[in-house]
Amino acid sequence: MITSHNLRFSYSPQKTFQFPDINCGDKETLLILGQSGKGKTTLLHLLALLLRPESGEVSVGGRSISHMEAEQIALIRAKSIGIIYQRAHFVSALSVIDNLLLSNFLAEKPQDRKKAIFLANELGFAEHLNKKTAQLSQGEQQRVSIARALMNEPNVILADEPTSNLDDINCQRVIELLKMQSALIGASLVVVTHDQRLKDEFSNQVIL
Amino acid sequence: MNLFKISIANIKEKKLNSFLSALLLALGIGMISLLLLLNQQLDEQFRKNIKGIDMVVGAKGSPLQLILSSIYQIDAPTGNVPLAEVDALRKNPFVKTVIPLSMGDNYQGFRILGTTPKYIEHYKVKVAEGHVYNASMEVTLGSKVARVSGLKIGDTFASSHGLDGAGDVHGDRKYKVTGIFQPSGSVVDQLILTRLSSIWDIHDHEKPTTEKHEDHAGEHAGGEPDEDGKDVTSALIQFRNPMGLMTIPWQINQNTSMQAALPSIEINRLFSLLGVGIETLRAIAIIIITIAGISVFVSLYNSLKERKYEMALMLSLGATRTFLFLMLLIEGLFLAVIGFLSGIILSRVGLWFFSKAAEQDFHYTLGRFALLPEEIYLLFAALAVGAIAAALPSAGIYRLNISRTLAEE
Repeated sequence: MITSHNLRFSYSPQKTFQFPDINCGDKETLLILGQSGKGKTTLLHLLALLLRPESGEVSVGGRSISHMEAEQIALIRAKSIGIIYQRAHFVSALSVIDNLLLSNFLAEKPQDRKKAIFLANELGFAEHLNKKTAQLSQGEQQRVSIARALMNEPNVILADEPTSNLDDINCQRVIELLKMQSALIGASLVVVTHDQRLKDEFSNQVIL
Repeated sequence: MNLFKISIANIKEKKLNSFLSALLLALGIGMISLLLLLNQQLDEQFRKNIKGIDMVVGAKGSPLQLILSSIYQIDAPTGNVPLAEVDALRKNPFVKTVIPLSMGDNYQGFRILGTTPKYIEHYKVKVAEGHVYNASMEVTLGSKVARVSGLKIGDTFASSHGLDGAGDVHGDRKYKVTGIFQPSGSVVDQLILTRLSSIWDIHDHEKPTTEKHEDHAGEHAGGEPDEDGKDVTSALIQFRNPMGLMTIPWQINQNTSMQAALPSIEINRLFSLLGVGIETLRAIAIIIITIAGISVFVSLYNSLKERKYEMALMLSLGATRTFLFLMLLIEGLFLAVIGFLSGIILSRVGLWFFSKAAEQDFHYTLGRFALLPEEIYLLFAALAVGAIAAALPSAGIYRLNISRTLAEE
């Protein structure tokens, strides 16, 4: 579960964002739609605890994080939030499976090789596990980054424009997988996008 | 998955950069290590054979040449001196021992040295097989001579004139092997020892050929020596106390046909001549190591720019900045260790080639490949270069803005 209240952030006095409250319970999905420049990525980074809000409150799994130390926040992000970025990025020197295990390792959790193989089968890239990530197509890379977000069974999955670089077929497939996998582990799924193709896929929507 | 695995994967990912950095380090370290090895082993060889010999007397000429030929057996002798003059030194109260040497022939490039039993005593060599020669034309072989030539006790051989294995063969008189010495690590290993009288005997029978030998006169007891007028090539002298050093060399140089050379002074002179070259090489090696450090730095700095997103990603996945710093540090240190190890191997290969050459030309073996204590410092120096080269670009990690970096693409 993830909620936010009265979030405000400014890069400069002229460029200030005031965000509507977000509320997404366990197993629920939420689509945040907005045009470029509306602060979509800023909001996602606030929810992902990558940025500290100027004012307002974010709580993850019922715990408010506004008064926490930076290290505690980093650990909560690592363990309870899975983030999928617009363009999939990896540690290029490592193989696909090592990139998956990396998220276990960095969150200080046991490295679950079986789970990585299971997710690879579920998301359809099992034959690429020992390749370098750069050898995969964009659709495949995006599916690997979904798997990486799921590796720690997070409480919240945040996706930033997960489909904007994908064609219609891959777009459909990725969003189905996202919804299915987050439901399977009982996480909240928040998708931030300007992609109008996703409008009909989500019942809960917030327009920026 | 662990810190090491990520660092090693990063090194493998940019093979050429890593190779270049490690290669430069290996070259620099290899050069310094080779210099250390050569310096140590030459020094050891030179000092070991010099031990206990306070002065060398021989025919007038270059004192360094006299030392090299009489102690190390690597240069041509300066000429001959009458045995009577050498023996006169025994009467001097400051002189403890006089070891006359006579040379001029070789067998397969190994010098045949006529001397007295004092020489064997001085180098403390023991007989491994057979017994020490005790008649004219009997010889005892140094361990290396026996090994290389394959001569056994009871074998006979004819010597060749000269010192380098290319002279005429003295076919009419043959030497007989009566014993073989144990390896001692000293100059004796590469010598064939015999009585002084053997050298005289073999050349007494060669009167008809002495004219031919005139160009080698320095190496040879030429003329027509009779019993009293024997010549020797040189003599090793030990003093009873350091007072001898003050007066005797001066007396010899002034009052006799001989010259006196002091090994310690001549060898220090030789080393100071070599020293200039060694210093230059050392400076070049240090420059190469510095360039290697810069190469590691540039390589890590560039990869840090390329991997900025990766770093931000790892931070967002829960990595600490210290973790990323350690990751770069391990990359730098790993390259340093690889460079160090290859450098050490390189220097050993270099030493091996050098040793081959030295063995062929001078019969000296420089075969000590063990790690020197100085090379431990070299390891620390390499690690320092790696650590500094890694630490400098790592400052960027602590300034990295995760959110902005991730939002940029």
